[in-house]
Amino acid sequence: MLDSAMIELSRWQFASTAMYHFLFVPLTLGLVWILVIMESVYVMTGREIYRDMTKFWGKLFGINFALGVTTGLTMEFQFGMNWSYYSHYVGDVFGAPLAIEGLMAFFLESTFIGLFFLGWERLTKRQHLAVTFLMAIGSNLSAMWILIANGWMQNPVGSIFSFETMRMEMTSFTELLLNPVAQVKFVHTVAAGYVTGAMFVAGISAYYMLKGRDMAFAKRSFSVAVGFGLASILSVILLGDESGYEVGDVQKVKLAAIEAEWETESAPAAFTAFGFPSNEDEDTHMAVKIPFALGLIATRSLDEEVVGLKDLMRQHEVRIRSGMIAYDYLQRLRKGEDNDYNRGAFEEHMGDLGYGLLLKRYTENPAEATEEQIQMAVKDSIPQVAPVFWAFRIMVGAGIWMLLLLTLGFYYNAKRVVQNKPWLLRAFLYSIPVPWIAAETGWFVAEFGRQPWAIGEVLPTSIAASSLTAGDVMFSLGAFVVFYTALFLIEMYLMFKFGRMGPSSLHTGRYYHEKQAAKQAGHGAGASPGAGSGASPAPATAPSKQESGD
Amino acid sequence: MIFDFETLKFLWWVLVGVLFIGFAVTDGMDMGVGTLLPFLGKNDDERRVIINTVGPHWDGNQVWLITAGGAIFAAWPLVYAAAFSGFYFAMLLALFALFFRPVGFDYRSKIADPRWRSFWDWGLFVGGAVPALVFGIAFGNLLQGVPFHLDEFLRPYYTGSFFGLLNPFALLAGLISLGMLTMHGAIWLQLRTEDPIATRAKQWAKVTGLFTIGAFALAGIWVSIGIDGFRVVSMPELGATPNPLTKEVVIDPSAWLANYRDYPVTLLFPILGFAGLGGAVALSLQGRAGLGLIVSGLGITGIIMTAGAAMFPFIMPSSTMPSNSLIAWDATSSHLTLTVMFWAAAIFIPIILLYTTWTYRRMWRRVTVAEIKAQDSLAY
Repeated sequence: MLDSAMIELSRWQFASTAMYHFLFVPLTLGLVWILVIMESVYVMTGREIYRDMTKFWGKLFGINFALGVTTGLTMEFQFGMNWSYYSHYVGDVFGAPLAIEGLMAFFLESTFIGLFFLGWERLTKRQHLAVTFLMAIGSNLSAMWILIANGWMQNPVGSIFSFETMRMEMTSFTELLLNPVAQVKFVHTVAAGYVTGAMFVAGISAYYMLKGRDMAFAKRSFSVAVGFGLASILSVILLGDESGYEVGDVQKVKLAAIEAEWETESAPAAFTAFGFPSNEDEDTHMAVKIPFALGLIATRSLDEEVVGLKDLMRQHEVRIRSGMIAYDYLQRLRKGEDNDYNRGAFEEHMGDLGYGLLLKRYTENPAEATEEQIQMAVKDSIPQVAPVFWAFRIMVGAGIWMLLLLTLGFYYNAKRVVQNKPWLLRAFLYSIPVPWIAAETGWFVAEFGRQPWAIGEVLPTSIAASSLTAGDVMFSLGAFVVFYTALFLIEMYLMFKFGRMGPSSLHTGRYYHEKQAAKQAGHGAGASPGAGSGASPAPATAPSKQESGD
Repeated sequence: MIFDFETLKFLWWVLVGVLFIGFAVTDGMDMGVGTLLPFLGKNDDERRVIINTVGPHWDGNQVWLITAGGAIFAAWPLVYAAAFSGFYFAMLLALFALFFRPVGFDYRSKIADPRWRSFWDWGLFVGGAVPALVFGIAFGNLLQGVPFHLDEFLRPYYTGSFFGLLNPFALLAGLISLGMLTMHGAIWLQLRTEDPIATRAKQWAKVTGLFTIGAFALAGIWVSIGIDGFRVVSMPELGATPNPLTKEVVIDPSAWLANYRDYPVTLLFPILGFAGLGGAVALSLQGRAGLGLIVSGLGITGIIMTAGAAMFPFIMPSSTMPSNSLIAWDATSSHLTLTVMFWAAAIFIPIILLYTTWTYRRMWRRVTVAEIKAQDSLAY
């Protein structure tokens, strides 16, 4: 048996580094398309302000992207370092989309990002736009392959266990690709990324409008962001993740945990809007229920039932007992007693082997587990319900808030009066963190809600870890915390610095801070107050060294 | 499935080699540049020139490393599992050193403060030199065998320590890796910068190139007389279901020379290693850095293949339980996975090479201080 403290620490390390990584991913996914839109307008109209917009938001994109790459390295190393049994057990299936992600997507994105930043003077307009576009395609394809890998962890299709190699092996690459869970996850995740990019640009643009500077730049940026953002938030909400909850036991458990539905209710089920779920009591205290709503949300119908957690646990108990038999025959086969009878008996129960392995937490040999151990394994065949329940509600709340905000922003922007609505601009500014809250809680629901499994129904988290000591992982976790905190502070410092500076950081001489400086230099101290808007002509004192279009 | 399992197992050994070589000659070069940064750039402008020679490309180049990691995960899951968890602290060291690169490149020149810039210059040095050293040390340990074993359910257990990895032979291998990548980076800088940086780079190319030739020769002698190899005594047929518990392996002092004895054509690899390095130094001294860069890439290929060919079919021999060693015939993924991955690699690697070449061509010129100053807000 593995040291349980080591497993806990490994989980903390993976969870914290993965969630930290996902602080940077959604902004990359969304902002890159906003850059494509802005640069397309520049190429089509030739108006310089759109090139400046692409360059400035591209600068913030770069600050974010650097940490996305940095923290992504950790993700790749960590499977092998901390989850070596997982790596062996599922590498045959899970490794393939990761490797293809590198070949097909990450190469594309990373190769062209260098030219995006440094190729302005060396590429034609159209070439540069193509570079930006390929970078966007690359980043989004990258998300697709990662979510195919993650979708397989939730709903492991297209694969079968082999007792000879003692691992899961791929049986159909197409099934792996077309996994319904992966598909809905991809749409949901990238659209959430688009919302993040939109809220980021809208929020910072709102700040410039509140300050009354670089208005032309800010209004155009805001327009692009709210248009793109509204379309995206509608996709996130309408195409939600729910349709992925119908396939596979793990997804069903997750759905029941999200709703804290302990007993199976006859269709259409009620939705628990509020309450305090307790795994101990197998009940939700102070539950406030809305009739019919769950049935509609979860099954999109009024006549399908959502199975409750207690019934799911009863099913798990049956499968755990079947898994014990599978484990027994697996041991015989591994010892070399390879005959038709043992194979037949093993294959009959093979689908429940993972449930048998849940007992590994309590006994070295699951085939000989006691009744008490079986009951303990049944108890932890579902996740802790309360965190899943609450994280989901926070995510949904954040989504609804952003829908409201983006709708208002879009409306007032279309009426061209958004600059006169300081309350709305302030709401946008202070809502910049909201998409991240939604993304992080969303991932928490998906991954914490998958427990006790690393691979749904196949491999329990408790045996997936490496054979390390708690001290080893304590050391690395501590190092990550220290290093990542420092990186975060540096990143935030740069984001705030360049966010405040705005397009003046491009040194074109056309924007607020530089004009102010030029005025001071031109008129000496005590010059006339700044005009504010971006309507006045470029000051003669500013060098115009980078004006050549292509 | 056009290829049988046996062929695919061999092809994947070749492909992992291709990815490692791709990493070494592209990103390894950038690491060499990072290693040289604090020594070749005497002031901030010069250091920015050095950084901007690799600025547009280092990110794409780094994906060779990432893809090599992903390919090992997919093609040799047990190797990925056993090596990454076994070399836990060495991997952490490489990982944390690599952290300095994306941030170093992107953040360094965004703030003008000299202390800030100096910090990231040393960060880029660490991000270049430390991984180069660690990957060489890892290779050095693979050649000697790694203390690990597998249980009946194929869970890998590592029984060595971090400091055990830092033995004299492994450190020599680390220095070869660092030396060859630094030489490669120096020739690149000679090609892409003007004097005085280019002249300094030429000096460094000479010193690191000659050092690496000497170290490579020493390692060759050491392997011949002082390092025990491993030899497969019996195993299932090559196309069998991969199972690393079904063979018998013995330790044999001359095993790492067996392939060179049995297949003399493999001697071309060490010859390529020496000739490539020597030729690169000579061309660099003559000022023909463009050709020198290609030749030094060939030299690096020769060195990596020398180690690979000596060990083949071993990937990760076990020093404590030799029969648990992971070899190219029994540590692989299934036939289907290797097939799918083979086609993915066969389709995408040529495409990657095409567009990477295009980006190099578009950005090709000698980077100058004047240019950096003109593009102050955009350049790294």
